[in-house]
Amino acid sequence: MSAVSKLGVTRDPARVTRAAWLIGLGVLLLALPHLIYPVLALDILAWGLFAVAFDLLFGFSGLLSFGHAAFWGTSAYLTAFLLGHGQSVPVAIAGGTLGALALAVPVAYLSVRSSGIYFSMITLAFAQMVSFLALQWTDLTGGENGLQGFARPSLFGLDFSDAQVRYYVCLVLFALGFGVAYRAVRSPFGQAQQAVRDSEQRAQSVGYNPARFKFTAFLLSAGLAGLAGAMYTFGHGVVSLEVVNWRTSGEVVMMTLLGGTTTLFGPVIGAGLVLLLRDVLTTANLPVGIVTGVVFVLVVLFFRRGVVGTLQHWLRRR
Amino acid sequence: MNTQLLLIQVFNGLVNGAFYALLSLGLAVIFGMLRIVNFMHGALYMLGAFAAFALGQLLGLGFWPSLILAPLLVGLLGVVLERGLLSRLYGLEPSYNLLLTFGLTLLTQDLVKQVMLSRFAVSSAPYSPPEVLSGVVNLGFVVFPKYRLFVIALSLVVCLLTWFVIEKTRVGAIIRASTENPVVTRAFGINVSLWVTGVFAVGAALAGLAGVLAAPIYSVEPYMGAELIITTFAVVVIGGMGSIMGSVVTGFAVGVLAAVGAAVYPPIANTLVFILMALVLLVRPSGLFGLPEGAR
Repeated sequence: MSAVSKLGVTRDPARVTRAAWLIGLGVLLLALPHLIYPVLALDILAWGLFAVAFDLLFGFSGLLSFGHAAFWGTSAYLTAFLLGHGQSVPVAIAGGTLGALALAVPVAYLSVRSSGIYFSMITLAFAQMVSFLALQWTDLTGGENGLQGFARPSLFGLDFSDAQVRYYVCLVLFALGFGVAYRAVRSPFGQAQQAVRDSEQRAQSVGYNPARFKFTAFLLSAGLAGLAGAMYTFGHGVVSLEVVNWRTSGEVVMMTLLGGTTTLFGPVIGAGLVLLLRDVLTTANLPVGIVTGVVFVLVVLFFRRGVVGTLQHWLRRR
Repeated sequence: MNTQLLLIQVFNGLVNGAFYALLSLGLAVIFGMLRIVNFMHGALYMLGAFAAFALGQLLGLGFWPSLILAPLLVGLLGVVLERGLLSRLYGLEPSYNLLLTFGLTLLTQDLVKQVMLSRFAVSSAPYSPPEVLSGVVNLGFVVFPKYRLFVIALSLVVCLLTWFVIEKTRVGAIIRASTENPVVTRAFGINVSLWVTGVFAVGAALAGLAGVLAAPIYSVEPYMGAELIITTFAVVVIGGMGSIMGSVVTGFAVGVLAAVGAAVYPPIANTLVFILMALVLLVRPSGLFGLPEGAR
């Protein structure tokens, strides 16, 4: 896996491939709301960014967070709350994202000192705590009823009641978030982050502080997950307890794995595939949980490279 | 708060602790031997309860036969899971097995939901405790349901028995040796992978047993294990994944602390375990009974 990123910096053909992927993804996302119904397209954007954010920690730092729903959900609720209290769309989205970031500070501080499976259990437990708080704190979250019907006041002549308009606004936010992730991974910070992942001792011996890199990567990941959560609220228009549920944390793992971890584009593709599959299953009245469970198991057992990872592997071998 | 209420809360806490202890014990035994965290433990617990319910509905079996049979069935499923699926991922990062068991959890829960709906036409079902254990018992200072006292007692007995087997017997010596150094243990002519399967099956059966015990208290429901297992993870982090005794003591202690805390300040009931976890992480990142990261 690390070979991919190392090759990417030095060899030209990889740069061409990357540009091709970028253009391909860009064209696909521009056309998406004309191919499928816009609210589903909006969900794909939000979940796609969420999965990219998650992979910054899982793929590029080697930390499997099982509690990323906490950041996505906190931001989703906060955005809805701010919109419901008369704030403008940009303020609400910024507020939600900052809220997620603020929550990430103590969680990251307490969890990055552990690694491996311990880290997963700790993040899962903190997310469960957030989920219980969301259930109890009904003034903010609406409890079992969730939040809906909040205003999305027009801005600069953009009518946000039109799902197409919301989609292209979200696409700009997505590009922003994706750009940050893309830059981060290719920056010296990203290289050091991956060095810490591959061998903590080695990174330490050349003067990097592993804990600091993990902490920063966690904040970056949680902040982008927060932006994605805010996009979800803005696009979807309904927030329920599902956004902080442990299943949400698992879902983003599945999207990332299915699309291909450490590939940057993969998580977006994975999010699209999972959401399309779920949409088809729901329409056909098939048991969603059973099918997604089977897909999850099959991916972990036989398809750990994911769609994009497999494609890249296959292209490179030719 | 009066002492009467406090005592009742202590007992309620012991009941919760009985389940935390049984489940974290199973997790610890499996982790020790396989180096994986079994997310499916909650689903196996649910399957134990469901098996008791189904055995009652289909074969008319009561609580006592189910208390033996259901854990056996769950243990058998454990053998199939370990041999068929988990063992395929042993060479890889342990995270992949966590993910695999997570996927299996989603699958199992929804399968059971479908079966309960289509075969028994219910989404959750009550399960009655046996005649002997219904009603209450007056302990002099407090009145408490008989069945719950039985749960506390049985959990304690099973936990101590497991501890005894692992720490004091030849069987335990083999398990500890396989945990410590599988290669050398293999060199002594011991079939380590057979023992790995056995240990996973026993861990699964412990979860199944906890499930049967839980059925009369919480009723049988496909998602009953999901939240409990996450809370149990927090308990495991508090105790540290080091010792068998540590996980049992922590299980009961956290149960009691959380119940008493909930009586003092009710809104904190659901979150206290996680607050305790945060505090322990702040002071002792490797948990109360755990070894520091480097020594593991």
